[in-house]
Amino acid sequence: MSLDLKINDELVFLDLKCERNEEVLGVLSEKLHKLGYVKDGYREAVLEREKIYPTGLPSMGHKIAIPHADYNLVNETTIAIGVLDEPVTFQSMENVDQPLDIKIVIMLAISEPHGQIEMLQKIVSIIQDESLTEKIATSKTKAEVMNVLEKVL
Amino acid sequence: MKRVLVACGNGIATSTVVASKIRDYAKGKGVEITTTQCKLMEVAGKADYFDLVVTTGQFSGNSTTPVVRALSLLTGIGQEATLESIVDHLR
Repeated sequence: MSLDLKINDELVFLDLKCERNEEVLGVLSEKLHKLGYVKDGYREAVLEREKIYPTGLPSMGHKIAIPHADYNLVNETTIAIGVLDEPVTFQSMENVDQPLDIKIVIMLAISEPHGQIEMLQKIVSIIQDESLTEKIATSKTKAEVMNVLEKVL
Repeated sequence: MKRVLVACGNGIATSTVVASKIRDYAKGKGVEITTTQCKLMEVAGKADYFDLVVTTGQFSGNSTTPVVRALSLLTGIGQEATLESIVDHLR
């Protein structure tokens, strides 16, 4: 089943060279803003939220973070993906004192509360599938990442 | 009908997935439940009205209602055990 979610390949970033999670959060949220998916203040909200409620997931294989912010700062639902050249540190969602080496960042821009359940379930199914995260992590082109996402989403 | 409060940072994203997984699993076990989502910071004020609290983030407050941590429903690691534990609380 496919969703009516269109992922813009401008929202896919490979080989990101960042030293801190704030940098990758900035890159993804600024592109979302530039393309009109999110409103002014989204970037700041994501950065602030990450400090209070971190989004790193201690998944198997490549570790993934799923930063997001309040729905009222989002115009249109989508996701932005950043693959880090070298992992950066995010704290664990379950334990703010536990650092995780995050390789893949999937930023969720969600425009309604409790909505997009199918999209979220499918993103979680990617997170839980080591072979898919490996494919994303080792993709050489945006098209390869899009191919994985389009098959699942 | 047992009532489950599902909380995450914003009450919009991960709690949506977790609530759905809990409802499906409970239904499969023949246990009737309802779920309500909220932000982690709202848990302390709401927990008393529920039979169980399930969180995906760090909840450091006090609650007389049992709390189950359910990050495994996102990572997949230990997911089945967590779902069983949740339904055991609700039988």
